Amino acid sequence: MVEWTDSERAIINSIFSNLDYEEIGRKSLCRCLIVYPWTQRYFGGFGNLYNAETILCNPLIAAHGTKILHGLDRALKNMDDIKNTYAELSLLHSDKLHVDPDNFRLLADCLTVVIAAKMGPAFTVDTQVAWQKFLSVVVSALGRQYH
Amino acid sequence: MNDDCNDGDDDAVDDDDDDDDDDDDDDDDESNYLNVNMSLSSKQKATVKDFFSKMSTRSDDIGAEALSRLVAVFPQTKSYFSHWKDASPGSAPVRKHGITIMGGVYDAVGKIDDLKGGLLSLSELHAFMLRVDPVNFKLLAHCMLVCMSMIFPEEFTPQVHVAVDKFLAQLALALAEKYR
Repeated sequence: MVEWTDSERAIINSIFSNLDYEEIGRKSLCRCLIVYPWTQRYFGGFGNLYNAETILCNPLIAAHGTKILHGLDRALKNMDDIKNTYAELSLLHSDKLHVDPDNFRLLADCLTVVIAAKMGPAFTVDTQVAWQKFLSVVVSALGRQYH
Repeated sequence: MNDDCNDGDDDAVDDDDDDDDDDDDDDDDESNYLNVNMSLSSKQKATVKDFFSKMSTRSDDIGAEALSRLVAVFPQTKSYFSHWKDASPGSAPVRKHGITIMGGVYDAVGKIDDLKGGLLSLSELHAFMLRVDPVNFKLLAHCMLVCMSMIFPEEFTPQVHVAVDKFLAQLALALAEKYR
């Protein structure tokens, strides 16, 4: 089981309570599709992904980014058992969506960059440490049920 | 709401990402065909030079911050600094070394057209003396990107991000060139 200090819990909760899900979700997913274009393979039915500009204007991508970010709420509410919280989602990504789990890490890195831009100096070293730990646990849990 | 979307801007230049092989006019046919190293297009090289130029007033801060964050967020990287009295984030040796590394990155920007050739001696240093596991180059690159994003949120667009990420990946490859 992952151990969280009070400080880490406070930091993670603080980030989420100040989060604009639509803005950050959209920006993170768009950034992932632009910076790691091979991730577009999972978005064949999402309309025009021709270049950075069309990706950034794509409403389906924007909506999906928001949805993904809300998916992180589950981990936030169940920080002491993220592994089991995501068991079903992990199976979904493995068996139905067939997403290479390395993509979770890529998206997580883009989310970090977007949040860093939003928070600026408030994204302190301690904040980044806690945030990285949280995302690593999430990424690990999402990849856990692959077989 | 969505400031990144130039929906109504009919006069906008179509400056799509050269993330595939479209106009690598200064790469020869063979490297275009193989494209095994995801080499930078001429447009991406220009993007990198431009952003690094904008960043130059804060490059020391970014270098110092990036290395501090590396040892904090990925504590295993401290294993390379056991010879320092203090390898904690924000310590003087860490900050100083971060600045040194950033200086090397800037030097590499100047050699962007031939990283392997230009970084030969640095590669030998890393291969035979420092022997830093190449996985750590990725971790440091991530920390640099986070710092760039924090300090230049407007300028560090997705297009700039991909160009800089590619450049740092190429740099890492050049550094690891002599490893084996």
